[in-house]
Amino acid sequence: MSRVLIAEDLYLLRDGLVHLLQAHGFTVVAAVESGPELLDGLVELRPDVSIVDVRLPPTFTDEGLQAALAARRQVPGLPVLVLSQHVEQLYARELLADGSGGIGYLLKDRVLNAEQFVDAVRRVAGGGTAMDPEVIAKLLASNARHEPLAALTPREREVLEAMAEGRSNAAISQRLYLSESAVAKHTAGIFAKLGLAPSDDDNRRVLAVLAYLNSR
Amino acid sequence: MLRRYGRVLTLLGLSVVQLAVTLVAATCLLLSFALGMVFLYPPQVRLVRGLAQDVRRRVATWTGISIDPPYLPEPPPPQPGPDGMYLSERTLYRTPRIPAWNARWKWMMTDPASWRDSLWLLLDPLIKICLLPLLLVLPGRGLRVYALWCELLLSPTTTSRLARQLTRLNRVRNLAADSQAAEMRRIERDLHDGTQARLVAIGMTLGAVEELIDRDPASARALLAKAREASADTLTELRRVIRGIHPPVLAERGLADAVRALAMDSPLGVSVEVDLPHRPEPPVEAAVYFAVSELLANAARHGDARTATIDIRGDDADLRVSVTDDGFGGADPSRGSGLTGIERRLAAFDGLMAITSPPGGPTSVTMVLPRALPQHWAGNLPTMPRWKAALVALLWLTAWCPLFPQGIVAAIFKIIDFGHRSWFLALYLPGPWQWPAILFMIVLGVAMYVLAITIPAAHARERWMVQTAPPRLWFRP
Repeated sequence: MSRVLIAEDLYLLRDGLVHLLQAHGFTVVAAVESGPELLDGLVELRPDVSIVDVRLPPTFTDEGLQAALAARRQVPGLPVLVLSQHVEQLYARELLADGSGGIGYLLKDRVLNAEQFVDAVRRVAGGGTAMDPEVIAKLLASNARHEPLAALTPREREVLEAMAEGRSNAAISQRLYLSESAVAKHTAGIFAKLGLAPSDDDNRRVLAVLAYLNSR
Repeated sequence: MLRRYGRVLTLLGLSVVQLAVTLVAATCLLLSFALGMVFLYPPQVRLVRGLAQDVRRRVATWTGISIDPPYLPEPPPPQPGPDGMYLSERTLYRTPRIPAWNARWKWMMTDPASWRDSLWLLLDPLIKICLLPLLLVLPGRGLRVYALWCELLLSPTTTSRLARQLTRLNRVRNLAADSQAAEMRRIERDLHDGTQARLVAIGMTLGAVEELIDRDPASARALLAKAREASADTLTELRRVIRGIHPPVLAERGLADAVRALAMDSPLGVSVEVDLPHRPEPPVEAAVYFAVSELLANAARHGDARTATIDIRGDDADLRVSVTDDGFGGADPSRGSGLTGIERRLAAFDGLMAITSPPGGPTSVTMVLPRALPQHWAGNLPTMPRWKAALVALLWLTAWCPLFPQGIVAAIFKIIDFGHRSWFLALYLPGPWQWPAILFMIVLGVAMYVLAITIPAAHARERWMVQTAPPRLWFRP
């Protein structure tokens, strides 16, 4: 049973998240509504996973993001899933910069699809990553003209997108209606084209891909 | 040297013309005011203004002392009322001719510059005669003194300066209001055609679900899924609209990071350099953000560029932004509406935009927003010169001496006829000089105190003007 901390200033959404996660077997250890509270909670309670809104009181700027980054500097690898009304490559890069995994960055809209959202929370709690498809689309769009990426086949691109979102081979094969061995073949092809060292560990593989996309 | 004498000769030669103009102008004035031939007045003013303008121009090229034309801005052409008639004073006219004439007449009559011009014209020959020896011996000096004389009567008064500034500000304000209104209309359209329509559709779908839920749960479930999808689409749409109003990154992180985020999202390889000590005010940030966004989009769309450089820096209180790309150039502000949009946005901040885009590239756009940054960043608030500060200190230290002992106390001693003279200077003077000396001491002391107070006060006022006067056309609540 995972212990969850929720930081969200809108009462309705906070309450909804608490119910949603309790219904899926999580224990909510704290539900806070401001930046300073969040940082204290993250460092003292060390939840298995936290769900953090970027904009929080008192300044309503990027309070939540800053608190999450600060907490992860103190407790490396502390799993945090950041929610926002808009996604920015800039924030994704900052979250991924320490390269230690256990990070998620999703649009608030994704809460609408409870199954996928809870799946993402579990992935982050397990040290994996969950990147919003829109972040990945932006990353790929801004890299579109670069050579190795332009050389990928459409199928490999789809696999790359799914992989960058943080999905395992099994999840990718389900989503794209491919056999797992076919997905494995595609990932190997992608890694060869991008010049990355292949890795069997799902999380490390995802981080490698994200680091590659971010480095451009 | 020869050239200077040439100029002096021209100046003296001009006197002949001036004399003729003076005669004509005087006749015109006499006829128009004594005999009511008012139609002679405007040409007379035009004639004198033309002559004065010519002298201003000559003086500027000869001595470098530039004298701005002082005239009030010309009145705008009369606007017809709702009934198509033109109102002037309390009379309605069918055609704009007479109202326009009245407005021009009033404009010329009431402008003090017209009368200052006339005064100058009248006195100028006298001044030239007085300056003649100097002009002949030291032509350079002489011309400078003559220029100063011209400046005295031909330069703008504070009133006309302010009037000019006001017209300009009015124009800029209208421009800013226009662009804001256009922006509002665009947002309204976006919300109306996009978000609102989608919400209506979701409401209708949910209504249908309500109908179906008992009879046909399977299709109700399908409709619910559709409604959820539509709500997600609405959110995406709304995000796009919000980005167009005020990008969230800009609100959260400020200009530097917002421009970096723009650079990351651009398909170009963009390098960003931002050198600002603090965040500028929000309206300035937004204007610069949208300008850079538009320029990057242009570079990618039309210029076929691969890389771009963005440079944002504070130059004293001026904000300088330059965007350079390696596309094939040929950008033309008169064709693209994007560039005119940027110009209009910048106009609200007195901003200027310069584009160099030779065919074949590269394209470089530089924008300057003068005094857009708070003055105190630049650290160039006028400080009091050291000698003035020292003078003020000296005044405070010594002013008591003439006022009290040498002035007032000596006066009291003199009144009560106290035998002692002590160190009171005035009492050592011969009898009739004693009172004047005492009065002089009192006046001296008071004057020293007045100076000690007014020097810092004048400086404080100057400083306050600098702090509050930047041409910012927006207000913070």
